[in-house]
Amino acid sequence: MAIISTAGLARTFHTKTGPVEAVRGIDLTVEPGEILGFLGPNGAGKTTTLRMLTTLLSPTGGAATVAGHDLVREPEAVRREIGYVAQSSGTDPQVSVREELITQGRLYRLGKEAAEERAAELAHDLGLTDLLDRSCGALSGGQKRRLDIAMGLVHRPALLFLDEPTTGLDPGSRADLWDLVRRIRDEQGMTVFLTTHYLDEADELSDRLVVVDRGVVAAEGTPEALKRRYGGSADASLQDTFLAITGRGPAPVDTTPVAV
Amino acid sequence: MSSLLSDTALIFGRYVRQTLRSKFQIFFGVLMPLLYLLFFGPLLTGLPLGGDGDSWQVLVPGLLLQLGLFGALFCGFAIIIEKQHGVVERMRVTPVSRLALLLGRVLRDAALFVFQAVLLVVAALVMGLRAPVGGLLIGFAFVGVLTVALASLSYALAMKVSAPQAFGPVINAVSMPSMLLSGLMLPMTLAPAWLDVLSHFIPFRYLVDAVRAGYVGEYTGTAMLYGVVVALAFAALSLALGTKVFQRAGA
Repeated sequence: MAIISTAGLARTFHTKTGPVEAVRGIDLTVEPGEILGFLGPNGAGKTTTLRMLTTLLSPTGGAATVAGHDLVREPEAVRREIGYVAQSSGTDPQVSVREELITQGRLYRLGKEAAEERAAELAHDLGLTDLLDRSCGALSGGQKRRLDIAMGLVHRPALLFLDEPTTGLDPGSRADLWDLVRRIRDEQGMTVFLTTHYLDEADELSDRLVVVDRGVVAAEGTPEALKRRYGGSADASLQDTFLAITGRGPAPVDTTPVAV
Repeated sequence: MSSLLSDTALIFGRYVRQTLRSKFQIFFGVLMPLLYLLFFGPLLTGLPLGGDGDSWQVLVPGLLLQLGLFGALFCGFAIIIEKQHGVVERMRVTPVSRLALLLGRVLRDAALFVFQAVLLVVAALVMGLRAPVGGLLIGFAFVGVLTVALASLSYALAMKVSAPQAFGPVINAVSMPSMLLSGLMLPMTLAPAWLDVLSHFIPFRYLVDAVRAGYVGEYTGTAMLYGVVVALAFAALSLALGTKVFQRAGA
């Protein structure tokens, strides 16, 4: 059974200048244990789709189930099953890593002791043990992203949404994070829904890619299949393939490296 | 229901710890009413203020509600900063009750402003305030309820705006006329008829009249009844509106 299934998922925003169809109808299936790369140029509907799938935004059309629950009728059940690592970290710079991890566990209704144990376990797994008593504001970019991912994993979700997880990281930290994402999937069988503007990252990490453009799915398949179909050969670059699908490049990224 | 309580306690605890890390915030809020008490209060001594009590029994209830009015209305600033850090989104994607996300915050605010109100009353007692204990406790209760109401509205508005620059002017536009028209500084019974009539459309007037009644030991009159009804209704409506905003996906 698919862990994400959408049919005609749509969202229209009503603005002063009239309705804006940000997502016009997304049909999507994600299988358990997959790493799915979700790509698209600026304004393609990527973020809006992600916000709908994570229950942060109500759809105005279509239907979706996430982790076996109806997105609209059972949002709380969906929230229990998913982890979400947003672009902005969501941690309080004044609070210690330990307190944020424990609070996150409690937000997912873990008991106090269970939350403390889980915080220590995640800190160990993600190399944060020595940083537990440091305030979140004192972490480097790479350490912060590891903490963000730890917070997304605190309740052992079946499905993890990663929104631009490596933006602003230096190449070494990006490679470390890729290893981490693969390890999470391989060891825990977790499904990962990844949005990124880095095509090399999507190529490196994803089992399958979905490219959205103008609010609909423009293409989907394994990176190799998309390259063969749209780029001309399996050796084509994902950049060329992306351009062939959408007619425009991915959104520019802030490449300022953040030291680990 | 039990998850609402535990969720609220969790959010309340998080924000109480945040407040305790900022001692400045705890004491700074009481500064403005304290200055009124020190530099404005003595001017009123012996003046006929149209009520049963002396000038301190008129002024201190007004200052208590001024503390709640200005303090609570500006609470929303914190959530704008939290939104920018992604804290609100992080919490909204968890199964925590939407009402608890609001209640935990406003109860922390109520606890903070009631604490500040206690400091203010202690200072007022030193300066010459004399009032029954029941009246003093009623005053603290009104500060708590007013804070819950106004902080809920403030958070709801802050969830809707993207920048402090859009939030501040709205709050200033509400707080200043509310303070002047509700008789926080001087009873509206001193006002000309048209101003007195106008002030009846401001809910805070009923609250300040009720606290002033409590400070002279009048617990069963119409002023107290109207004050309690208006305060509870205002708090219920504000909480409902605030929860709706927190509940609405994409708010």
